[in-house]
Amino acid sequence: MRSIRWRPMAALGFLLTTAAGAWAQAPQTPLHLRALAATCASCHGTDGRAVDATGSVALQGLGRDYIVQQMTAFRSGTRPATVMHQLAKGYTPEQIEQLAAYFAAQK
Amino acid sequence: MKRRQLIQAGLAGGGLLALGGCAGLGALPRHARVVVVGGGYGGATAAKYVRLLSDRRIDVVLIEPNASFVSCPISNLVVGGVKSIDEITSPYDRLGSAHGVRLARDRVVRIDANAKTVALGGGSSLRYDKLILSPGIDLMFDAVEGLHAANEAGRIVQAWKAGPETLALRRQLEAMRDGGVYAITIPEAPYRCPPGPYERASVVAAYFKRAKPRSKVLILDANPDVTSKAGLFKKAWTELYPGMVEYRPQHKAVAVDAKTNTVKFDVHDEVKADVLNVLPPMRAGQIAVQTGLANANARWCNVHYQTFESTAAKDIHVIGDSIQIAPLMPKSAHMANAHGKVAAAAVVAELLGLEVNPRPMLNNTCYSFVGDDSVIHVASVHEYVAAEKTFKTVAGSGGVSSARNELEAGYALAWARNIWADTLG
Repeated sequence: MRSIRWRPMAALGFLLTTAAGAWAQAPQTPLHLRALAATCASCHGTDGRAVDATGSVALQGLGRDYIVQQMTAFRSGTRPATVMHQLAKGYTPEQIEQLAAYFAAQK
Repeated sequence: MKRRQLIQAGLAGGGLLALGGCAGLGALPRHARVVVVGGGYGGATAAKYVRLLSDRRIDVVLIEPNASFVSCPISNLVVGGVKSIDEITSPYDRLGSAHGVRLARDRVVRIDANAKTVALGGGSSLRYDKLILSPGIDLMFDAVEGLHAANEAGRIVQAWKAGPETLALRRQLEAMRDGGVYAITIPEAPYRCPPGPYERASVVAAYFKRAKPRSKVLILDANPDVTSKAGLFKKAWTELYPGMVEYRPQHKAVAVDAKTNTVKFDVHDEVKADVLNVLPPMRAGQIAVQTGLANANARWCNVHYQTFESTAAKDIHVIGDSIQIAPLMPKSAHMANAHGKVAAAAVVAELLGLEVNPRPMLNNTCYSFVGDDSVIHVASVHEYVAAEKTFKTVAGSGGVSSARNELEAGYALAWARNIWADTLG
């Protein structure tokens, strides 16, 4: 049998397997989605946890549909903005769906 | 014991498939170690995100000589007298307490890319599996005759690395007589923070307008035109500071005379100023140059953009201002933070045997103050294009402010507080 020194790595494999399974239908692995979501973090906080009282919208826990609606409105220009309309146009509708699901799931 | 057997079964079965090339999981070093050199926007972000994205499975050591982080963004407001240095200074300790990054307050004196070790000034040596190098810029004082000595003497400052010189420049401006001239020289692009010199000129003008209204701001630019947000800056100078700000393109500084506070140019007549702020040409930080990584014009570090791995050394990833930039990629704090995340994700993927992201993304937002409560921005979104092996801006994305406005003054400060937390917290 394997010696005890393998346990941390076995546990790691288990975690990764579980995570990969949960996202089997997603076009991106969790790592890639987390890295994509991190592009929002510079202004909206790590994992969407914005610093309080700064005026940056905290994305963490916002509704998935709400995020998709707002980003779509920024992209189309129906929601005016200073900068978000320019940034939203850099992401595809599929990426916006993934990001919305990601931030909606952050507690 | 049952649980352990289950875990092992999972690893032996579907686990290997899910992990792709991870038959080599056994080859994963028992304590894979990432060493990050430089705790600026790039390095501190990379250190934190290696811990986050690996779910703390990878050890991270961050080597940084300074006791605290002093932000270059917003430092112009310290120069302008509306913020204190304390307001742009943050501690490093949360990287340790919240994320388990090991902090080494030291300087790297040598990197051995073959042995995969870094030697520290304190005498110790550290092994790495992956090195993330974020050394920032080296100011090439010797490119401007007389500047090195003038800077050492504290006579002519750069204040382009935030810290003591930021305060020194502020003191010089405070000591200047009303009716004096502040002159800033700008090197040829690329240099750190393209809009930064023009923002500095603007906030100094705002200070003069408040306190020394007969004074002048002179911008002496080696470039043929304002390199960032040109229309917005020029409009602000004309409308907010009529007769006070003068812009002169194609003025490449070649020498200074500290005794007379004079700067000489390659073709134009010399200029004398009461406060002379000379920004020399810049290149990658010294440790990158000395390690042989600055292989673009002996100034900047070429990288494979998908992972930010150096083209000159395996397992060394270079990020931030020191890289040879992809088209339309600014040397900015926001961009360094973004590099840090892409490099962190790539390093985590490689060390854990996962697929490296085939299409990493970056974005950038740079706010510039043109007055105490008036701000403009430039923004962009960049995607990695595998066929061209570089980052390109996403068509239709990005742009600048429609006009200077007060709303973005609040957003600029919100941006700062959030990116400080994202980088350090």
